[in-house]
Amino acid sequence: MSGFGRAECVALRGLEGVGVQIEVHASSGLPVVHIVGLPGPAVQQARHRTWSAIARMGLTAPSGRVVINLTPASLPKAGTHFDLAMAIAVLRASGVVPPDDEATALLGELGLDGRLRPVAGTLPLARAAAEAGMTRLVVPTASADEASLVAGLRVLGAPSLAHAAALLGAELEPEPVEPVLADPVPARAHAALDLADVVGNRDAVDALEVAAAGAHHLMMVGPPGAGKTMLAMRLPGILPPLTQVQALDVASLRSLSGEPAAPTLDLLPPFEHPHHSATAVSLIGGGSGAIRPGAAARATHGVLFLDEAPEFPRTVLDMLRQPLESGTITVHRAAGAASFPARFQLLLAANPCPCGQFGSGDCTCAPQQRRRYFGRLSGPLLDRVDLQVRVDRVVPGVDGERHRRTTADAASRVTEARARAAHRLHGTEWTAMGHVPGPWLRRSLPLDRALLAPLERALETGSLTMRGLDRTVRVAWTMADLDAVASPSLTHIGRALALRKGIPA
Amino acid sequence: MRAKDQLGLDGEAAASVHLERAGMRIIDRRWRCAHGELDIVAVDGDTIVFVEVKTRRGLAYGHPFEAITPAKVRRLRLLATLWLAATGRRGPLRMDAVGIIAPRAGAWRVEHLRGIS
Repeated sequence: MSGFGRAECVALRGLEGVGVQIEVHASSGLPVVHIVGLPGPAVQQARHRTWSAIARMGLTAPSGRVVINLTPASLPKAGTHFDLAMAIAVLRASGVVPPDDEATALLGELGLDGRLRPVAGTLPLARAAAEAGMTRLVVPTASADEASLVAGLRVLGAPSLAHAAALLGAELEPEPVEPVLADPVPARAHAALDLADVVGNRDAVDALEVAAAGAHHLMMVGPPGAGKTMLAMRLPGILPPLTQVQALDVASLRSLSGEPAAPTLDLLPPFEHPHHSATAVSLIGGGSGAIRPGAAARATHGVLFLDEAPEFPRTVLDMLRQPLESGTITVHRAAGAASFPARFQLLLAANPCPCGQFGSGDCTCAPQQRRRYFGRLSGPLLDRVDLQVRVDRVVPGVDGERHRRTTADAASRVTEARARAAHRLHGTEWTAMGHVPGPWLRRSLPLDRALLAPLERALETGSLTMRGLDRTVRVAWTMADLDAVASPSLTHIGRALALRKGIPA
Repeated sequence: MRAKDQLGLDGEAAASVHLERAGMRIIDRRWRCAHGELDIVAVDGDTIVFVEVKTRRGLAYGHPFEAITPAKVRRLRLLATLWLAATGRRGPLRMDAVGIIAPRAGAWRVEHLRGIS
């Protein structure tokens, strides 16, 4: 008695997938199941789920010695999504399921009753399967919608192991079962927020619009209760909607974090707001076993908002320098290295001093305390923040009657400005002014001497650094894009300079 | 004698018959020492075969072979060396398992696994 079976699955390293082939060899010998090919604890336990599920479904497992190999054998395997492929390979070894006539990947966790349960990361796993050349994918019923977001794959949902076996050509009549349902999709808190809710703070709204139009990182400084968080939560609404590929990235990262997936792609840019007690791992990603993305990766193509930014540990903040520079995060763990995309827009909010009253009331902080407070935001991090704006508490009566900008107005201006910038940057690797490095800007888009005069004066008096000058020029270009003019005017330069005022650091 | 022990003896007898039909010669049965008991020692050609016999009434508690755990196989090996020391015999060795499903009504089923370790 000897049997052999195979099935295809995928493993993830970050968002990148690797095809995994599962081989099963059944031979005579004392009954024992060996799982080889660096299985993690969850994969080791799959033997119990698999054998129970096969028995509960009334199917036949091989009786003797069974060796299950997960190739490539040198790649560590973690997670429960291998269950279905292991079970089908076992059923092929015992002759219940015929060998595959099509490149079919199988994903899903088994319950002891034989029902299939959805797994975290279905979307990136399905993408990886398509990239590995699979044409057909069998997933738990609850994951079928999520997996169908990937183009080029014929997705089949199965409620139980017996149904999956029947789909793959086993001659059996599966009994109907109640499929295991996915968790409901939570509503995104920032989805329905409108810019028109913001009273006053014209400068801050302007700055937010400029930040959106140029993909500039933004820091808001102001006393508690000035509306910094309120403003921040309205940034995703005025950003251009995600492209299909970006939305797939975002949904994949959410899926990897174990969030229930929406049946359609969410085109609203993500908004992540980790608390200032966040650890480096929660921000960057990590974890034992499967490496999970952190807040910075989940914010990719969207906004990473750090409220009370100076309260974050300095080591945690400095972790953000790599993704800000390269747009990716690489996490190294014992189980291997994983890369995640992390091209986010950084939004920082800070009080002007530890007590929060500096510049607007009775500040009780010593100058030294104030300096130390902002000193936590290291130079290299602030260097990448083009826009720094003061947000003040609203005085009653201000802005009461005037027309307030709505999210729809701002979003259409932002979209137009982005289009102008993209046209200007055509042929470069950048798409928004906020991504353009200073030297390239000075060389390829030189400004008139008359325009540079106020900047050079500021440089001479020491109120502006060379890097600060680059940032101001970048912001001025975005302002010109918003005003639909070909290049910045003296007004744009002046406004860009003014936005930097009132910041103590 | 308790019923389960009687079943074990009946099973060993059935296993002996099965092994002899398969061309093996039984040279020892129920050999005991301080560490335990060998069910059957047989000779297959010039190979000395140590046989563990497991008998069950049915499959309700799993196949008889499932009761032969790695720990039992290890003990079988220890007993084999003790038997060799006690008898002074030498030669190629092998461990076999015989599983017997012995329902109260109906035919018994005997399965023989050669070379289990």
